[in-house]
Amino acid sequence: MLSRVADSIYWMSRYIERAENVARFIDVNLHLMLDLPVGSAQQWQPLVDTTGDHEEFARRFGAATQSNVIQFLTLDGDNPNSILSCLRAARENARSVREIISSEMWEQLNKFYLMVTAAAANPDVLASPHEFFSNIRMSSHLFVGVTEGTMTHGEGWHFGRLGRMLERADKTSRMLDVKYFILLPTVAHVGTTFDDLQWTAVLRSASAFEMYRKTHGRIEPRRIVEFLLLDDEFPRAIHHCLIASRESVHAITGTPTGLFRNPAEQLLAQLCAELAYGQVDDIVNSGLHEFLDELQSNMNRVGAQVTETFFAAKMAPPSATKRKEARA
Amino acid sequence: MRFSSYRAGSFFDEMFGENDAPRAVAKPLVNIIQSLPEGELLRRQQSAERALLQMGITFNVYGDSAGTEKIFPFDLVPRIVSSAEWNWIERGLKQRITALNLFIDDIYHDQKIIKDKVVPAHILLSAKSFREQCVGLNPPLGIWCHICGTDLVRHRDGQIYVLEDNLRCPSGVSYVLENRLVMKRTFPRVFEASRIRPVAEYPSRLRDMLESLTPPGVETPRVVVLTPGIYNSAYFEHSFLAQQMGVELVEGRDLVVSDGYVWMRTTKGFERVDVIYRRIDDDFIDPKAFRPDSVLGVAGLMDVYRAGHIGLANAPGTGVADDKVVYAYVPKIVKYYLGQEIIIPNVPTYVCADPKELTYVLEHLDELVVKAANESGGYGMLVGPHATPELRAEFAKRIQANPRNYIAQPTLSLSQVPTIIDDHFEGRHVDLRPYILYGNDIFVLPGGLTRVALKKGSLVVNSSQGGGSKDTWVLTDDPGVVRESVAMEQQAATTGAVLT
Repeated sequence: MLSRVADSIYWMSRYIERAENVARFIDVNLHLMLDLPVGSAQQWQPLVDTTGDHEEFARRFGAATQSNVIQFLTLDGDNPNSILSCLRAARENARSVREIISSEMWEQLNKFYLMVTAAAANPDVLASPHEFFSNIRMSSHLFVGVTEGTMTHGEGWHFGRLGRMLERADKTSRMLDVKYFILLPTVAHVGTTFDDLQWTAVLRSASAFEMYRKTHGRIEPRRIVEFLLLDDEFPRAIHHCLIASRESVHAITGTPTGLFRNPAEQLLAQLCAELAYGQVDDIVNSGLHEFLDELQSNMNRVGAQVTETFFAAKMAPPSATKRKEARA
Repeated sequence: MRFSSYRAGSFFDEMFGENDAPRAVAKPLVNIIQSLPEGELLRRQQSAERALLQMGITFNVYGDSAGTEKIFPFDLVPRIVSSAEWNWIERGLKQRITALNLFIDDIYHDQKIIKDKVVPAHILLSAKSFREQCVGLNPPLGIWCHICGTDLVRHRDGQIYVLEDNLRCPSGVSYVLENRLVMKRTFPRVFEASRIRPVAEYPSRLRDMLESLTPPGVETPRVVVLTPGIYNSAYFEHSFLAQQMGVELVEGRDLVVSDGYVWMRTTKGFERVDVIYRRIDDDFIDPKAFRPDSVLGVAGLMDVYRAGHIGLANAPGTGVADDKVVYAYVPKIVKYYLGQEIIIPNVPTYVCADPKELTYVLEHLDELVVKAANESGGYGMLVGPHATPELRAEFAKRIQANPRNYIAQPTLSLSQVPTIIDDHFEGRHVDLRPYILYGNDIFVLPGGLTRVALKKGSLVVNSSQGGGSKDTWVLTDDPGVVRESVAMEQQAATTGAVLT
């Protein structure tokens, strides 16, 4: 497969997953605000903080009001990580590999894009935000489903899954981290209904509430961290995402599991081992935020190494290699 | 919507003849449209447009903000061509491409046609599209132009003329294929009732032709389509053709020349490429041989081509026969190489390089269409009768400054086809671009792209200038020809339906 094509499929998937997760963040926060104790301040700043674009936001929008934040994260064409920008980028990438992906995938992505651009032209859409964000989530699911059912599960498909899973792992880690950013009004709130509400919201961001209940029952912060971080079966849990990423890299290279032949395989194996054998108590005791921070930068490194290994194509062309060998 | 209030007027109408009676070829379709419930045709037109938008069948507009895409407007009422007329067109096109290929080969070798004073030397050597670098090249099969899209127009007198030859990278064939799919969904009954010749085999024919250019010694050739990228106006088509042929779509940065061959970068290293269907102009194809500032092409490609290690379609240099001044000499070119009279006539053309003709052109600017010799896509063109006096004056200056670069032709009254405008039919002018493939044999796709000028009274059909398209139906009397619907079902079964 052409390096450029693999690159485009990877980013197409990543951008769609990113758009979906932004929709999840916002939708859950909207719900959460409705449940806030009367008199407490609206909490929209943490959403901007988790995206890492808070400086740009402050410069262009100023106060983190609900409408400012939603506009910035959803339909702001100048924010490269807004839903609109993600869809644009996903579609540009898809356009450059239209002959590789299935027509059904292209049509679904195109419809998805047209829905979001129509919304950008008609901001009234945000008057009923739940419906809009739920449509975005469903469109993304539909795209993944169509991909699953219409594209050969070969090299290209694995690049797509790799992009999706790395992006999802990153976003789930940020959702967990939101809890760190949302400062409680007072320490007295810890363990109260309000605290429960917030943890429930984190679960709902990841569509994990029901599955968590089936596994652990009670809302307990440590169990929630364990579920979203270490579970290997829940499809949005970080551990699960990294296992899938690792499978896809190995499917692409043909390297047997347990071995590594490039830095991406090596680092993914290390991360998977850490999550497979890690204990939630140790992680929380030594600082969840610090752990997530470290994990995020490692996952960024995986992304960089994937680019380096498969897309950058720094390999020398056939004869040049031969000549170099001859000289050596 | 009914035809009862439709009047063909003073133009040649492809669908209605004398006394506004439907022509024989159009009768079945007219009957079906007349029998549709009120509003049904409009509903089908809207659903066809929606389908095209959702399928993302769009083109990019130059000069518009980057990446602006538009749907190529599509009109449901097709242009219908009788079997007898098509056979004549097909013979004419085969004659023309044969002669033009002999001409290009001669120009880059002995230049006998110049020595014999049939075409003046100064015209050729001043053609912008003449490529010094191609002198002495010997393309595979001795053919230079493998893919050609010739523009045909019909005048008020009913005569079909060749308006121009597109011998470089003609585009539009993907719309022919997509339009047909949309039409079949929209009018399944008509396709059952009429004998319409299929167009679905084009991608297979194209692939066969490209494989015929494989360098000797290669068992299973790797064919690729080379595109300038997603911002090119015809990107949709590049991607569509690659997909339909089942070959890789590459950009210049995916390819590299090394050790005398062309390679493409893959996730597992480099793989050899044997045939390139290039959709990049000569100027940009190899920065080593042509424009050094090109970032779209592949450095060293021409060396590989000269060594016979890669097939290229079309060969570099074919543009020389595409020059609008050279066009004026095509009847003489046909006579010179084939000893035949030209079958499909040229539009009478005034060559401004000739002082006598220049004077005539300047005196009759208000009647003529003036074209720049090296522009395409409707750019650099003056439609005299429709232009303001200021614009005519400006063109007169441009022509006098560089007569070699201009030709002029009488303003033709292009034939028209009924077209859905708002909620009724109006006549709109059309042209026709059939597609020709030339490998081991010559194949003419039955039909082609009918472009329609959607603006009332306009003669400019280019997509970049507000044109749209229609399906083109070539009828057959031959019961041996596979009916379109059958061929399509087979295609859908083997490749997986493209559109559902």
